[in-house]
Amino acid sequence: MIIKDAPIVLETKGMTKRFPGVLANDHVDLKLHKGEILALLGENGAGKSTLMNMIYGLYHPDEGEIWIKGEKVRLNDPGDAIARGVGMVHQHFQLVPVMTVAENVMLGAEITRGLYLDQRTAVTKVHELSMQYGLEVDPTAVIEDLPVGTQQRVEIIKALYRNADILILDEPTAVLTPQEAHELFRIMNDLTEQGVSIIFITHKLKEVLAVADRVGVLRGGKYVGTADPKTATEASLAELMVGRKVILQVDKAKAQPGEPVLKVSDLVVKDDRDQIAVDGLSLEVHAGEILGVAGVQGNGQREFVEALTGLRPVVSGKAVIAGQDITHAPPRTITELGVAHIPEDREKHGLVMPYTLADNMVLNRYYQKPYANGIILNQEKIDQDGAALVEKYDVRTPSVYTPASSLSGGNKQKVIVAREFSREMKLLIANQPTRGIDVGSIEFIHNQIVAQRDEGVAVLLVSAELDEVLGLADRVAVIFDGRIVKTLSIAEATRERVGLLMAGSDA
Amino acid sequence: METTTSIPIWKRIWDRLGILGAIIILVLIGIVVSFIQNQQVTTAVLSSTIRQSTPLVLGALCGLIGERTGIINIGIEGQMLMAAFIGYLANVYIGQLGVFSVGMTLFLAALIGIATGALLGLLLAFMSVTLKMDQIIGGTVINILAIGITGYFYQVGLTTQGKLQPIALGRLADIPLVGPVLFDNPPITYITLILVVVVHYMLFYTRWGLRSRAVGEYPSAADTVGINVYLMRYVNTTIAGGFAGLAGVFLTLEAVGSFERLMTNGRGFVALAVMIFGKWTPFGAWGAALLFGFATAMQTQFQFMGNLTIPHQFIGMLPYLLTIVVLAGFVGRSRPPAAEGIPYEKE
Repeated sequence: MIIKDAPIVLETKGMTKRFPGVLANDHVDLKLHKGEILALLGENGAGKSTLMNMIYGLYHPDEGEIWIKGEKVRLNDPGDAIARGVGMVHQHFQLVPVMTVAENVMLGAEITRGLYLDQRTAVTKVHELSMQYGLEVDPTAVIEDLPVGTQQRVEIIKALYRNADILILDEPTAVLTPQEAHELFRIMNDLTEQGVSIIFITHKLKEVLAVADRVGVLRGGKYVGTADPKTATEASLAELMVGRKVILQVDKAKAQPGEPVLKVSDLVVKDDRDQIAVDGLSLEVHAGEILGVAGVQGNGQREFVEALTGLRPVVSGKAVIAGQDITHAPPRTITELGVAHIPEDREKHGLVMPYTLADNMVLNRYYQKPYANGIILNQEKIDQDGAALVEKYDVRTPSVYTPASSLSGGNKQKVIVAREFSREMKLLIANQPTRGIDVGSIEFIHNQIVAQRDEGVAVLLVSAELDEVLGLADRVAVIFDGRIVKTLSIAEATRERVGLLMAGSDA
Repeated sequence: METTTSIPIWKRIWDRLGILGAIIILVLIGIVVSFIQNQQVTTAVLSSTIRQSTPLVLGALCGLIGERTGIINIGIEGQMLMAAFIGYLANVYIGQLGVFSVGMTLFLAALIGIATGALLGLLLAFMSVTLKMDQIIGGTVINILAIGITGYFYQVGLTTQGKLQPIALGRLADIPLVGPVLFDNPPITYITLILVVVVHYMLFYTRWGLRSRAVGEYPSAADTVGINVYLMRYVNTTIAGGFAGLAGVFLTLEAVGSFERLMTNGRGFVALAVMIFGKWTPFGAWGAALLFGFATAMQTQFQFMGNLTIPHQFIGMLPYLLTIVVLAGFVGRSRPPAAEGIPYEKE
């Protein structure tokens, strides 16, 4: 399809939105053609979500116009946007966990017979939509039982059910496994063939090149340019997005491994549903090396890391850190041994959302001098050091007194990194350290991890992003079904080989 | 890709009805056996069970309509007390006008009582939704307000022309045991049984119910599909207040016939326990309220029998002991609506 000739279905002119202290959108002009996938690229805090929320009627622009299908519109609330065919899949799914797929889909636009809620027709309708667009889902399943990838399909069906032909996907791949993301791209292509136009918000460059028809880039609230994915490269897009050259390939010297710091043997751990998740896992991490654990999500990585950090009981087996048995040790003992932990879920296990940045920076040592004197906290010192860390780790925040909840994902992650790295450590356990954050922050965090390795820290890197593991690790351990199926040196670890091992076939 | 575990149908039916069905059958057998042994006492205890449970059911319905939409209401006690008081005063003064029949007077008084409860519900909604106050504090405000106002304005020596009388439902009322217990009751008792069914239907089978539950579980999901979260919470909390109001007028217009200071005597709080025990469902609450009513009825019955050697305080504990045992052992993990108590803020 020659997209440029297709009619424009959505256009914004001079969209401007101010929040206290921030100009989130600065005269943004955007065009979306019928049947195209427009990737909207930008770092965290570049204003992508703000722009989309205005198009969806959740925010009201301070200045500017929105044109939908040749008509200037005023969107007071999402209802107005929905009525004009705009559908949005939010980054945090807007689904009621305890309700069924069909109930969630029809919510707000229910099918009724008199008073009676017609569940049966809704189920049929959802089933039809799922057939028509190749979105496989069971309409009677309860949301909380579904994997994220499927929940996302429900969100898309929800929009289609409301006859959306302009679909906004807000960082849809941030929560997906590579397979699920691949499936999503297939769905997106199917949708555009049936005349749906898609705005795809992301900061993953590979995805943009793989799926987009056109790329728009936002930086600091401004629309800085349009790129053609046929001619653009990852490097050129990254430069446009960040405003400077970005080194995507991590530059590191050969590892100088020393003594083993972490020794795990035959570890068995159960998951929340009391099923064996880690099933006789053994591995070793040496000082001065990065061991990357590659694997599809849900193969026991979370339970393994939680067991190592003292957050989850160990059923059997043994874990030794720096010569000390920590199999059944509480988290504080492990922390004090010199273990730094970047948790998988930064909002749940990494930060206390309502606390200030300064307080979050001392969560692992607030009870020690100089931050505490007996039971009294030395707030002045906490705030002072917090400010220094904000500076050093380039956390973009109005002040150290800002609550963690109001930072963007990348900046939250930097706060965790700042806290964990600003202390003597022997072992770094990083679980998905760069999930859902922008290239600039990824580059920064990767460099920090390599710097720690060069200082002689043992690094256990767990990641579902194969590129991240292959780019950072010195050795790669592939996890499948709760065990390490193979450990490869980085030279042996080709994409294909690791990919096959991740899928459970022993190459 | 799908990892939904499908449970066989027979197991689902057993999970839903098996234990419940077994309990119902056991209870019925118990009733029959006891009826054969002593007709009078059995009938009296069961009638008393129904009477005692009525305000609890209504209070629990009030609580669950609110909580299903995300508003915790610990002011049920206050709503009941105030409605009982205002309803009673209305009965007294409308009666003194001498314009209406006794029945009409009671009907109007009941409406005024219900409106009083609803008005306090509106106040709770205003505090919780608009002022985004802590809802526990909001409920406490209502309780203190009600105790203060009713205590201050209470006068001794007011007279009324009567209270709501039992209506025997024709031949049904003549059936032994079942007749006197179920089909020979005053109007609010009947209405309560109907309301249980109505609220259940509304909550689980209508658009209003789906939206209410969505607002109580995940308000931003409702908001993004164009449902007005604030309005839903206002409307439901106000309607719920009407239920507490009905519970209040049950006390002054149907059960006792007059008002006394603090006459609700903690029923608003017991109603909350009933609601939790009933897992935030109308039928669950009804069953739980019957259990509480039964315990209270037994307590009275034991005291009537007189020849007991146990101090009466222990017998008085019966309903509460029952609560603890049942809550600890039988209910299992019950999950409240996820968003209850959290003021909703648009981002």
